[in-house]
Amino acid sequence: MKTVAEFKIHYRQILDSQGHAVAPLPAFAADAGEVLRMYRAMTLARTFDAKAMNLQRTGQLGTYASCLGHEATHIAVGAAMAPEDVLAPVYREVGTQLWRGVTMPEILTYWGGDERGNDFAIPRQDFAWCVPIATQTLHAAGAAMAFKILKQPRVAVAYIGDGGTSEGAFAEALNAAGAGALPVIFVIVNNGWAISLPIAAQTKAQTLAQKAVAAGIPGVQVDGNDVFAVREVLAEALDAARRGKGPCVIEALTYRLSDHTTADDASRYRSETQVKEAWAVEPMIRIRAYLVNAGIWDAAREKALLQSCTEQVETAVAAYLAQPKPSTDAMFEHLFAAMPAHLQEQRAAARKYGAKSSGH
Amino acid sequence: MAHGWEMQHDANVVVIGQDVGANGGVFRATAGLQQRFGKDRVQDTPLAEAMIAGMAVGMATHGLKPVAEIQFMGFLYPALDQIVNHMSRMRNRTRGRLTCPVVMRMPHGGGIHAPEHHSESTESMLCHIPGIRVVCPSSPARAYGLLLAAIRDPDPVMFLEPVRLYRAVRQEVSDDGQALPLDACITLREGSDVTIVTWGAMTIETLRAAAELENRGTSAEVIDLATLSPIDIETILQSVAKTGRLVIVHEAARNLGVGAEIAALVAERGLYDLLAPVQRVAGFDTVVPLLKLEHDYIPSAQRIIDAVQTTFAD
Repeated sequence: MKTVAEFKIHYRQILDSQGHAVAPLPAFAADAGEVLRMYRAMTLARTFDAKAMNLQRTGQLGTYASCLGHEATHIAVGAAMAPEDVLAPVYREVGTQLWRGVTMPEILTYWGGDERGNDFAIPRQDFAWCVPIATQTLHAAGAAMAFKILKQPRVAVAYIGDGGTSEGAFAEALNAAGAGALPVIFVIVNNGWAISLPIAAQTKAQTLAQKAVAAGIPGVQVDGNDVFAVREVLAEALDAARRGKGPCVIEALTYRLSDHTTADDASRYRSETQVKEAWAVEPMIRIRAYLVNAGIWDAAREKALLQSCTEQVETAVAAYLAQPKPSTDAMFEHLFAAMPAHLQEQRAAARKYGAKSSGH
Repeated sequence: MAHGWEMQHDANVVVIGQDVGANGGVFRATAGLQQRFGKDRVQDTPLAEAMIAGMAVGMATHGLKPVAEIQFMGFLYPALDQIVNHMSRMRNRTRGRLTCPVVMRMPHGGGIHAPEHHSESTESMLCHIPGIRVVCPSSPARAYGLLLAAIRDPDPVMFLEPVRLYRAVRQEVSDDGQALPLDACITLREGSDVTIVTWGAMTIETLRAAAELENRGTSAEVIDLATLSPIDIETILQSVAKTGRLVIVHEAARNLGVGAEIAALVAERGLYDLLAPVQRVAGFDTVVPLLKLEHDYIPSAQRIIDAVQTTFAD
């Protein structure tokens, strides 16, 4: 018997859980301003997330999926991407969206139950939030196909969770991306839990990165709580894709410190011990320690940053809450480029009854 | 032919699907396109329907106009997730920021002795989805004009191609780039005693039945629905106002078929024009049988004639 194929999956970490470099620092780390920009963005994402949870608890936001614990991965992906690249998010990637120019009021508007939140003013070509699991990976592959055909040097980046890797759409997207050598990166955020299903029950595979192997494309695992490592791995993959070298799968190992969403209670299915252990290696600790050790951060700056983030979030929340409810016309608008007759009739009916029930 | 015209005139039109390239499609609908426009614009995809629809979404939101072929309607279902959850609502949920000018072409219906799962006509499932158009041509010339219109339309169009027409009807089609209007019925035959609404390959049996009825002294108006969603109900109501009788003919199963919607709309808006109850002639509410019985499943001209006679009964 002879071996006809073998594979290896490499794991990348640059900063350990206490912020000590265990590998050579990436080039961008030499730019203190850039590192601080990433740390500030991570802090803003966490501040925003806490406020969004609070808004949901007080009845001012719909169901919301917290990004707590994912800040390093989310900011690193955003920082590595070029503005003209395209993001296909799932429903938790607040940090990446904020980095790319989606605004906090837009995010709140969507989760507050208003499609206007998907009409991003800045990353006009980014996909909107995607709730049906794994379907967005095919959109990213399709956009990548368009870039290739139209000869645009752009890359599509699709997020997917650990649970999503069990979906057929994910396998189909990887296969098509490989077969077509498409400029698309799949970022698997393996946070250990798909609502209540732990990763051990999701798959027998030793890593999720190796799902790339069957599609003939590279797969790499990275410490998803290490903003340096994720950004570096992403930058390499983006560069390769932009140069026509095809797709890549990146598995970022992190932990969902929150419940799945505000409609979930994770204490029903996972141990406090596990969560406590995860808090010890969460992403903010190590980057903050790195900055302090580098002599560019201290308690006073931290305090000022937190205050600034709180102010930015409060301003965004005020703008969100000040928005009037959409008119019932919104249901009918933008369904087609030109409204067919039956929808014009139904729009009139909705107006008649909608007026009686309007209000925030 | 419509593909060729539009690809020649719009560089963003691309064709994707299984076997659409060198093979030219299992029904030869895309024959010669890859040789003419190259492998970038006429791409053979891996075998996965959800992937074809999902990638068509991504291609359409980012600058292309994909025309995607699903090899048979019975294999469409894995793609429904993408059609329902994304293609149909992309424009609406992004407030017009991202749009999906996609055409999904698929063979429709039976009658050509194909294997199991190759003879489905499940257009009702598609017509129930807001945000997409469903179109079904009834002749090669109308297929040309409606496909051009579908490709030019800025929204998703499900384009159902009746397989019996691929085989049964030969017709000279002029390649003049002239589109037919969407959202509009086509009156195939004028008449004064009964309105028969149908679409796709069922126009064959319906026109045959109308000719036979003429011999018996009954003048039937035959309307090809052409766009199954949204329905051009005005043309049907005007015809019913003239004839006072309505028979709806479709190959798909009767239960919650498109015929039910037409009957309901006519009941809501044209009931007092009716001289007799509306009749539906449809496929049975069974699984589409294998080839031995498929012609017992597909409504015959005789069934249509009998239904028309029912509307004249006392």
